[in-house]
Amino acid sequence: MRKVAIYGKGGIGKSTTTQNTVAGLAELGRKVMVVGCDPKADSTRLLLGGLAQKSVLDTLREEGEDVELDDIRKQSFGGSWSVESGGPEPGVGCAGRGIITSINMLESLGAYDESEGLDYAFYDVLGDVVCGGFAMPIRDGKAEEIYIVCSGEMMAMYAANNICKGIMKYAQSGGVRLGGLICNSRNVDNEKEMIEELAKKLGTQMIYFVPRDNDVQRAEINRKTVIEWNGECGQANEYRGLAKAIDENKMFVIPTPLEIEELEQLLLDFGLLEA
Amino acid sequence: MLLRHTPQVITERKALTINPAKTCQPIGAMYASLGIKGCLPHSHGSQGCCAYHRSTLTRHYKEPISAATSSFTEGASVFGGQANLLQAINNIFTVYEPEAIAVHTTCLSETIGDDLPQIFNKAIKEKKVPPGKTLLGAPTPSYVGSHVTGFSNMVKAMAGLAENTGTRNGKINILPGWVEPSDMEEIKRIAALMGVKISIYPDTSGVLNTPLTGKYNMFPDGGTSIAEIRDSGNASGTLALGEWCSADGARLLDTQCKVPCSILDIPVGLKATDRFIDALRTVAGTSVPDEIATERGRLVDLISDMHQYFYGKKVALVGDPDQLISMTEFLVSIDMLPVHIITGTPGKKFEKRIQEITAELNCEVNVKAKGDMFLLHQWIKNEPVDLIIGNSYCKYIARDEDIPFVRWGFPILDRQGHQYFPSIGYMGGLRLLEKILNCLLDRKERDDTEEKFELVL
Repeated sequence: MRKVAIYGKGGIGKSTTTQNTVAGLAELGRKVMVVGCDPKADSTRLLLGGLAQKSVLDTLREEGEDVELDDIRKQSFGGSWSVESGGPEPGVGCAGRGIITSINMLESLGAYDESEGLDYAFYDVLGDVVCGGFAMPIRDGKAEEIYIVCSGEMMAMYAANNICKGIMKYAQSGGVRLGGLICNSRNVDNEKEMIEELAKKLGTQMIYFVPRDNDVQRAEINRKTVIEWNGECGQANEYRGLAKAIDENKMFVIPTPLEIEELEQLLLDFGLLEA
Repeated sequence: MLLRHTPQVITERKALTINPAKTCQPIGAMYASLGIKGCLPHSHGSQGCCAYHRSTLTRHYKEPISAATSSFTEGASVFGGQANLLQAINNIFTVYEPEAIAVHTTCLSETIGDDLPQIFNKAIKEKKVPPGKTLLGAPTPSYVGSHVTGFSNMVKAMAGLAENTGTRNGKINILPGWVEPSDMEEIKRIAALMGVKISIYPDTSGVLNTPLTGKYNMFPDGGTSIAEIRDSGNASGTLALGEWCSADGARLLDTQCKVPCSILDIPVGLKATDRFIDALRTVAGTSVPDEIATERGRLVDLISDMHQYFYGKKVALVGDPDQLISMTEFLVSIDMLPVHIITGTPGKKFEKRIQEITAELNCEVNVKAKGDMFLLHQWIKNEPVDLIIGNSYCKYIARDEDIPFVRWGFPILDRQGHQYFPSIGYMGGLRLLEKILNCLLDRKERDDTEEKFELVL
C-alpha cells in the first residue's frame, strides 16, 4: 500500500485536487482510503456526495473508546473509503492532538491492515503545519510520499517551500519523501514554467499541471468529483492524467528548500519574462 | 552508596536536570487552596496529576488530602476541558457542598488553551454555582516556574476575590507565604500578642494539623473564610512574607483595592523576625510586648551559650527561595557558613540576594537558582560541609557523604513535627537551633576520641 499525504497553502485546492485524483485512481481500479485531517471535516464531501460523514473524534466523544471501524469510515465514490478526523470547534481544545488521536485509532482498528486490500491511503492535511499534530501524517511509518499542491502565486510558492523544510526534517530521520508539486493553476503568467523551475530547484518535479476550469466548481456545487459529475469533460481527463502520473511516479526525493532571496529571484525572473 | 555515580568533576549541563530541587506548580496551588475554609481544590487536567499532587501533600502532612479532578480523556484533550469542568463543578457542589472550589490548571489544560474565567462564567450562567458559593482559579502549568510559582498564583487568585467597599476594616492582611500550618498559627499568636488585628491567607492551621477525633471531616474548621478574603480589600495594609510566594498577591491587592503593601522576608531566624515584628509594631502603632521581647531574649541566649558549636561550621542548603533567603541570613548571623545553596525555582534575583547576604563571609559561596541536587552533591564533594539542611531528598547525599542532616522545607516525607511546631518567629528560631545543635553534637560525640568524649557540653 502507498501512503500519500497532500499538503499546500490554505485555500489552494488540496481537498478538491485530492478527491478528484482519488476518483481517477478509483477508475483505474485502485482501492483507496482518504483520511481528512482537517478539523472542519470537509475533505471528503465530493467523494461522499455531501457532508454526510461522522468524524472519528465526534464518534470517540459520543461512543467513548468503544469504537468500531464501520462507525468511522464510509464507502464513497468508486469503492473508495472516506474517513474524517474532525476536531474541536475553532478556538477551543487541541486540533493537532485530534489528528494524532484519530490516526492512532484508525491504526488500532486495523484500517490499514493487509486484509483491507488497500492500494492507497491519502491524507488530506490542513494548510499550515502549525504544530506537531499536523505533522502526524508524515511521521515515520505513516505517509511515505508527499505531494504539495501549489500555484504560481507568490504565497503558494512560499508555503510550498516552507512545507519542504518540514519534509526535510522528517525525511532525514525517516522514510518520507517528496513525490512532486501539483500545480493547480491560477492562470498566473508563465505559471507552468515557473513551477517547473521551482520544482527543479527543490530537487523534485512538477508532476502535473492542472489547468483552471469552471467545471470543477460546477461539479462541487453538485457535491461530486468532476469524473463522477461529467466523465466526458476535459477537466475529468486532466484529473485522470494526474491520477495516472501519481500511479506511475517513481521519483521520490528529499527536497532542498530555497533561501527566501532565491525564491523571490525566481518570481522576479519569471514575472519579467512576459515583458 | 546510592549516588555513587555522581562525579566530583563538574561539567556544564544545559539541557539536563538530575534529581530536581523542585516539583509541580499544582502542588503549591493545591496547598494554598487548602488554606481556604471549606474549599475543595480541583485539578483541571488528567487524573494522574491530581493523584500525584494529593499523595505528595499526604506524605508530607500525614493527613488525607481531598481534591477533585476534571479527569481528562483523549476526547477532552482534543475538544477542550470545558464540558468536564462544568460537570465537575455541578457534581462537586451537589455532592460535597464545599463553600468554594479552587481550580488550578495543569500542563495539558494550559497547553490546549482552556480558559478558566470563560468556563467559570458559563458555569455561573448555567446556574451550576449555588448562591453564595465561590469559584476561583489559577493557571499552573508545571513547565513554568515550580511549586512555589503555583502557590503564588493561587494566592494571587485569592487576592483577586478581594473587594474594596469603601469602608476600611481596621485590619492588616498577612500573606504568610509557603509555611507550615504550625507557622501560620504562630503568626496569628504573634499578631495577637502585638495587638494587631489581621486577616491571614492562606491559613492551613486547623486543616492540615488536625487532632485525631475518630470523626472524619472533609472540610475541617480551619482555613480563611471566603468572606474574610473578600474583606481583605478593605484592610489598611498588607504584609507579604516572601517575594516569591506572596508578592504577586499583595501587589494585586494594592492595584485592585488600593491596599498598600510591604514585602518582607519570611520571619525565619533572628533578623528576619525582628523586621517582621517591627513592621507589625509600625502598622499597629503599639510597642512590642514583654512576652515577645522575652522570647527574643531566649533565642539570643541560646545563640550565645552555644556559639562555639555553631561557629565556622559549613552548611549546604536546599529549599525554596523565600525560605532560603531567611535561613541563609540566620546562619550567617550565628557565624555558620552557608557555602552551598540550591533552589530548583528559577530567579536570578535569588542568587543576587544570597550573594548580598553572604558577601562578608571569608569563604567562597556557591549559589544557584534552577539548580538540582546533583550539582549540590558535586559541590559538596569538592568542598565538604559539616551539615546539610533541606528536604527529605537530601538524605541520599547525607548518607553517601556521611554528613549530619537536618530536615527542613518541603517535602519532609520521613520525619514528623513540622505540622505541629513552628520554625518561624523567635520560638521557631529556637526550635531550628535545637535541631541543628543536637545534630552537630550527636555527630561530635559519635566521632570524638575517648579522651575527648565529655559529659558536659
